[in-house]
Amino acid sequence: MGMQHPKIEALHTQRLTDNKLAAFRVGDTVRIHYKVVEGDKERVQVFQGQVIRKRNGGIGATFTVRKVSYNVGVERIFPTLSPRIEKVEVVARGVVRRSKLYYLRNLQGKAARLKDARDKAQGSSSAQA
Amino acid sequence: MNTHLGLIGKKLGCTQIFDANGNVARVTVVEAGPCIVVRKRSEEKDGYVALQLGFGERREKLTKKPLVGYFEKNNVAAKTVKSRKGHDVKVYPRTLKEIRLSIEDAAKFEVGQALTVQDLFTEGQLVDVTGTSKGRGFSGVFRRHHFAGMVSTHGTHEYRRHGGSIGTNMTPGRTLPGIKMPGQHGNKRATVQNLRIAKIVADQNLVLIEGSVPGSDEAVVTVRGAVKAKKKKA
Repeated sequence: MGMQHPKIEALHTQRLTDNKLAAFRVGDTVRIHYKVVEGDKERVQVFQGQVIRKRNGGIGATFTVRKVSYNVGVERIFPTLSPRIEKVEVVARGVVRRSKLYYLRNLQGKAARLKDARDKAQGSSSAQA
Repeated sequence: MNTHLGLIGKKLGCTQIFDANGNVARVTVVEAGPCIVVRKRSEEKDGYVALQLGFGERREKLTKKPLVGYFEKNNVAAKTVKSRKGHDVKVYPRTLKEIRLSIEDAAKFEVGQALTVQDLFTEGQLVDVTGTSKGRGFSGVFRRHHFAGMVSTHGTHEYRRHGGSIGTNMTPGRTLPGIKMPGQHGNKRATVQNLRIAKIVADQNLVLIEGSVPGSDEAVVTVRGAVKAKKKKA
């Protein structure tokens, strides 16, 4: 993305600084509380899985959450700054060595697990970093 | 003919925003107005009804003297604004454009009046945006007219991006006018119709228009009410 006009950047500063999502990293297992509109009703749906990718890009930033549901891999891309995300809970912190975990797509079952960072670190237990 | 009132503006660039439902809207940001009514065209005097609008800023010193005289004649005073270095400088409008209107609409406005975004537009409204498209120079038929070209194998020799036949032989013995051929592409007045206004930022004079708008960033565009907008139930 090239240089944007300062007035355009100013449009987004509010949204960018309002971002109150829990800090999470690639490899973490997260629960995304996402508002879904069905007809006239709005309800909150929870999507739990591992964060396999985070894409920066200011207002257009996204992240991808992967879970395996009934043996079928399901990936969902969320806009990081979407007002529809009510909250993000970090369930577990994973130990990973790369920024994009595409290799998980080729792994199944036990092989597709990630080590929990909290087992390794001593004393630090807070998930809401 | 579009007789909806509009504003002259500057295309600032494209971005995305979240709309009221939380959906992503891809928008073009246009700084529209404030435009000052410089002159009114009337049926009796000019044969048509229009408002001449002025937009933008040009230092008094750099404005051509005949144009300064024209502004003075129409009682358009130079505005005093702060320059980038903090000095007070006098500026006249940079761009002048006429917007044709019905007699009734034109009667609502007076010379010297400033028009702003919130006066003219509402969020969700459909607009037509006119500008000068990006110039592509002398382009071939692939780029200019989306021709498919020839097959790239089976013995095609130096004829892959050509346009093919441009007519018949003896009858009529000439190439008919209007055949699509290579030539200047872009850098031409272009209008995109029925774009929705996603958001208005009144204090910054910004309109966020869903979709794309002719021209490069910083280009001058005209935003007007849509001429073909379907009347929707409120």
